[in-house]
Amino acid sequence: MPELVRVRADMPPGHVRTPAYLRGKCGLIERTLGPFYNPEQLAYGVKADALPLHRVRFTMAEVWGDQAEIPTDTIEAEIYAHWLEPA
Amino acid sequence: MPHDHHEHLSPSGHPFRADNDGPLTYWQAMEIAVRELLIEKGVTTAAEIMRQIDTMDARTPSNGAKVVARVWTDPEFRAAMQTDASQATREMGYDIGPMKLIAVENTDALHNVVVCTLCSCYPRNLLGLPPDWYKSRAYRSRTVREPRRVLTEFGVNLPEDVEVRVHDSTADMRYIVIPARPAGTDGWNVDALAALVTRDSMIGTGLPKAAECD
Repeated sequence: MPELVRVRADMPPGHVRTPAYLRGKCGLIERTLGPFYNPEQLAYGVKADALPLHRVRFTMAEVWGDQAEIPTDTIEAEIYAHWLEPA
Repeated sequence: MPHDHHEHLSPSGHPFRADNDGPLTYWQAMEIAVRELLIEKGVTTAAEIMRQIDTMDARTPSNGAKVVARVWTDPEFRAAMQTDASQATREMGYDIGPMKLIAVENTDALHNVVVCTLCSCYPRNLLGLPPDWYKSRAYRSRTVREPRRVLTEFGVNLPEDVEVRVHDSTADMRYIVIPARPAGTDGWNVDALAALVTRDSMIGTGLPKAAECD
């Protein structure tokens, strides 16, 4: 069973590689990659943690609601582990 | 004055583009300063930088087209691409550096399209530089929001029962779409097949060329 996760709904300042349009949205982990160094730390030249990187699949209905062209179309994005919480 | 309204047009009828002779931007000056320092301190050489630029410029979508044609004709290679596309393309002879590649395959039921909403991530180490529109705000923002309209503008009209899957290249991975093999190409050799694979078909904004009978 693919794991259901939610992207944290936070809006922190600075260099973040979690697109704002996916924050707060739920999706299924399609595959796990990495570990890769956390770009939020790399960007500032501080010691970076190695984190799992999850490819998460979202439905257009989840991301855009009634505005979705076709609700069952999908978006996949790479989200670092610290941005995900159990859904 | 009858000709006033033509003065901003070139003899070909197109507007003149402003000359690019403003002062260097902060980051342009920074790039030159860092490059000169690296050369002065012996970390790299001007020749090495030039070689790297030449290597980058030599990469073209025809590399990707050969990879796609091999996926279409070689089941073992296809499996290797699904397992680890970076390793499979390296073993085919392409120097893709540290690039981490994922291949996503189109089928009768699924159409993949690639975008980078945050910047302009693109599998440059295999396909060369991205087209300008790939970096435009319109493409980057609209492809996740209304991919079917965007695809229609590129001339790709998909039936509703084909799932559109948008890959937002947000972090460390780069994506290449393996388009579906065109009908009527049974028995074609890899060179003939590669000639059907366009750059846009590997981004997902296009389809391969159709087979034509001579």
